[in-house]
Amino acid sequence: MKSNYDILVIGGGPAGALAARTAAEAGNSVCLIEKRPAIGTPVRCAEGIGKELLKEYIKPDPRWISAEIERARLIAPNGTSISLEQDRAGNEVGYVLDRKVFDRELVWQAAEAGTDVVVKTRATAPIMENGAVRGAKVLSVGTPADIRAEVVIAADGTEAQFARWAGLDTTVPLREMMSCAQYLMTDIDIDAGSTDFYLGNEIAPEGYLWAFPKGDRTANVGIGISGRKSRDGARAKDYLDRFVAKNFPHGKTIEAIAGGVPVCRPLACTVADGLMVIGDAARVVDPLTGGGIGNAMFTGRLAARVASGCIEAGNCSKEALMPYDTEWRASRMGTFLERNYKVKEYFITLDDTKLNALADSIASISLKEFSVSALIKELIKRNPKMLFELKALKDTLA
Amino acid sequence: MVSTMLRINRDKCGYCGTCVAVCPEDALELIDAYLSLERECIACGICARACPFGALEVVHEE
Repeated sequence: MKSNYDILVIGGGPAGALAARTAAEAGNSVCLIEKRPAIGTPVRCAEGIGKELLKEYIKPDPRWISAEIERARLIAPNGTSISLEQDRAGNEVGYVLDRKVFDRELVWQAAEAGTDVVVKTRATAPIMENGAVRGAKVLSVGTPADIRAEVVIAADGTEAQFARWAGLDTTVPLREMMSCAQYLMTDIDIDAGSTDFYLGNEIAPEGYLWAFPKGDRTANVGIGISGRKSRDGARAKDYLDRFVAKNFPHGKTIEAIAGGVPVCRPLACTVADGLMVIGDAARVVDPLTGGGIGNAMFTGRLAARVASGCIEAGNCSKEALMPYDTEWRASRMGTFLERNYKVKEYFITLDDTKLNALADSIASISLKEFSVSALIKELIKRNPKMLFELKALKDTLA
Repeated sequence: MVSTMLRINRDKCGYCGTCVAVCPEDALELIDAYLSLERECIACGICARACPFGALEVVHEE
């Protein structure tokens, strides 16, 4: 670890790793710090990602793919199941990853590209000069140090404190924080090719419960509920324990983790003088699905590309870095984030009776396209009497 | 006099950082693998609500 770099990346998840790899490949001197003693652990993720999205950033490798997914099933409160699958059978639509190995591979690639990777090293404050971020004060295995950089890229995840210390408001409103718990379970009866989403206010208020296969008879079984629905006796863990006792009474839990998924809108601005914010820290998690890996890698790579240009031009002001913010908002990801935010806001208003009615209306058909818009179009088509009711949903497609 | 404070149950805590993200005062910090109250807490209880495992509690002591 040196005391001066072109780019300092804070956080060694997929966002930080992609930023570091991209920046190093572009010829910058790059340092990536990770506060934990190991990259990839503890996992705080259900580990699902779309196939096409993943392939944009890395070649799929069986070493870090736990399961190949062919379909998703939505299960309504009354048990009605809706299956979403691709046209051709056997054509996987996504993967469930092994994040412990996946994250290491991404950081390894960043290191191979020339990044200095430093673990058990946390930022304690930004180095600020004339209102601009000029690096970070860190504690590296307990020893204080200053790391100066032209640009700091904050990839510090859900807790996202670095940007906050630099003056950006990263606080997530309680109602838009998904309070999550997950068990890695073995010896359970599941469909190893399907990601299952259980909906309903009794099952997971304003969220959902998932079973994502990790192989035969093993799965990530987890839940996210809105923070405003969480209280003593009715926390994520309580709901999950009830579901598991009922559905997988003989399963064995070999890992129990907690997590928070921000499902608010993205930060109002993701750049400042000398600073860029990416991934979960920028609140670019898909608010409908809670998926964040793909968007983390997208924003990580884009931020590094913009930063490289700014460093070369010798101007890393907020204005100079702004194309990063503008570009991701105008991108397919930005459009999807806004649409899915609205779809999420609509779905959380539905009681179980309405959820059941909607599910029943499309249960008999098999959707040939694996997408949110295909699902919404079908719902609108099948429920002409609910046209007024579904107007808000229809508007999200406009 | 009643004093109000935040109690962290380290045996329950899952070290996930959910509380850190919802804290309006930036009082909590997830350091490596432990949660720490680093700055002044206003005992609003938002973190205690959000915690998936129920590891946080606002307590009132005489």
